[in-house]
Amino acid sequence: MRLVETKAPTDDSPLEVRGVTAAYGDEPVLWDVSFRVPDGELVAVVGPNGAGKTTLLKVIMGLMQPAAGRATVYGKPFKEARQLVGYVPQRGSVDWDFPTDALDVVQMGLYGKLGWFRRPGRKEREKAMECLEKVGMAGFAGRQISQLSGGQQQRVFLARALAQEARLYLTDEPFAGVDYKTEQAIVGLLRELKAAGGTVVVVHHDLATVSDYFDRVVILNRRLVAEGPVDEVFTRDNLADAYGGAVSYLAGAE
Amino acid sequence: MIELLRDLVFDYTIRNVALGSAILGILGGALGSFAVLRRQGLLGDALAHATLPGVCVAFMLAGTKNPAVLLLGAALSAGLGALLILAVVNGTRIKQDAALGIVLSVFFGAGIVLLTYIAGSGDAGQSGLDRFIFGQAATIVREDVVTMGVLAVAALAVTALLFKEFKLLSFDPAFAASLGFPVGALNVLLTALIVVAVVVGIQAVGVVLMAAMLITPAAAARQWTNRLSVMVCVSALFGATSGVGGALISASGSNLPTGPLIVLVATGILAVSLLLGWRHGFLWGWISGRRNRREALRRPA
Repeated sequence: MRLVETKAPTDDSPLEVRGVTAAYGDEPVLWDVSFRVPDGELVAVVGPNGAGKTTLLKVIMGLMQPAAGRATVYGKPFKEARQLVGYVPQRGSVDWDFPTDALDVVQMGLYGKLGWFRRPGRKEREKAMECLEKVGMAGFAGRQISQLSGGQQQRVFLARALAQEARLYLTDEPFAGVDYKTEQAIVGLLRELKAAGGTVVVVHHDLATVSDYFDRVVILNRRLVAEGPVDEVFTRDNLADAYGGAVSYLAGAE
Repeated sequence: MIELLRDLVFDYTIRNVALGSAILGILGGALGSFAVLRRQGLLGDALAHATLPGVCVAFMLAGTKNPAVLLLGAALSAGLGALLILAVVNGTRIKQDAALGIVLSVFFGAGIVLLTYIAGSGDAGQSGLDRFIFGQAATIVREDVVTMGVLAVAALAVTALLFKEFKLLSFDPAFAASLGFPVGALNVLLTALIVVAVVVGIQAVGVVLMAAMLITPAAAARQWTNRLSVMVCVSALFGATSGVGGALISASGSNLPTGPLIVLVATGILAVSLLLGWRHGFLWGWISGRRNRREALRRPA
């Protein structure tokens, strides 16, 4: 007998982007982008610098208002579904010299559920500790965050997203600046999330690993170049279209 | 020294001066921690300078030196300065640092012009307004202490209540926004609290050097701890120590302006912290560096 899931799965896709156009001032960054992410898949979003990958995440999370179109999470606008989403920002987006330790950062993932004014207590600390264990960082709980390596910092960020107990995870370049071993650990973790029924969207830079790590890929260069299962759309033609052809690792693609 | 301590307890004037300086130091130190961590130390400086015309206009309109009136004028003026900085940064291609410089100098210039105008107007009630430039703690009376105290308690209460939110806002605003916290509103609130801290301090420290009360104790406190909550408390303690120290030296007859003295005491604390602070101080870094080198040499490669 199967245990019934507490959060009943809906027919709605974890993430649907419909006709999104976004601009900074007069400069369009995304142009009529539409795609759908099916439940329980690992999805890479790739594209050259300035292709609008981070902007896409901002639009999805309601941090930026699109000029046209909309994004929905499980069929709802993000602000009605944010409890279902875990977010991992780029590691370089924060000041790691901030006076705090690894455990404290992970607890921040629980602030949304805690709500206004309430402070994290013992329960939150235990929960955060569990999440640190899952990423193999339990031994670093009390470590000042500036004394962690880049890979360890990235794992702390992932642990924070785990603490959100989400179903859809949005991660912005989790592999940037980490060594091979950490990269494998992170991939293992993302696969575990998938195995547990989660959906993971990863803004990704390394085209060489797309086929190994991901089920689906969204190829972006301001407009949507291609989108679908990796073995169908991760092709030489599509990449040449997105990157302008001057990419040597195209040899690895079909 | 003993005499000074006795005065601290029994002398009415000295007690008010010490209390007022302690309050401004605590508030400046606590909120300054957030300003420094968010790299907004210079925002504090611009806002402090921007209070000066507000003090003058409030005096001209109300015709009184009632502290509540003057400080309200100061706060409104600083708020206007903050809005102008935002408008310049968002509406033009001028960057943040230039916008801060523009607002700081224009408001301070206007304040000096107004002060000179008021001084020439022959209004006998105006004497002493110029203390807002470099600060004169000796002029703090009971009325001022009460006003400062009420503002400080309110500001500290809000900070304590929203400590978790302010921490998240300071460390990772994008993540805070993804959780649904209204980052824009929290930003405005934290800036408003910094304005309160500035307004509380300007009478004693002066608008020119007030920023030091936000920046220096916080920078010193950072050398001793890796926890934000501890940093805020230590910074408040350092702020209070510098405030009281500087104000007492100034009030005990030397007749030197208080602002510079407070800043000198705070800088002394910072120097000691940079040298000895056990989290980031030079001394411990040097000692552990030596130890590591020695161990590395002992072990064959």
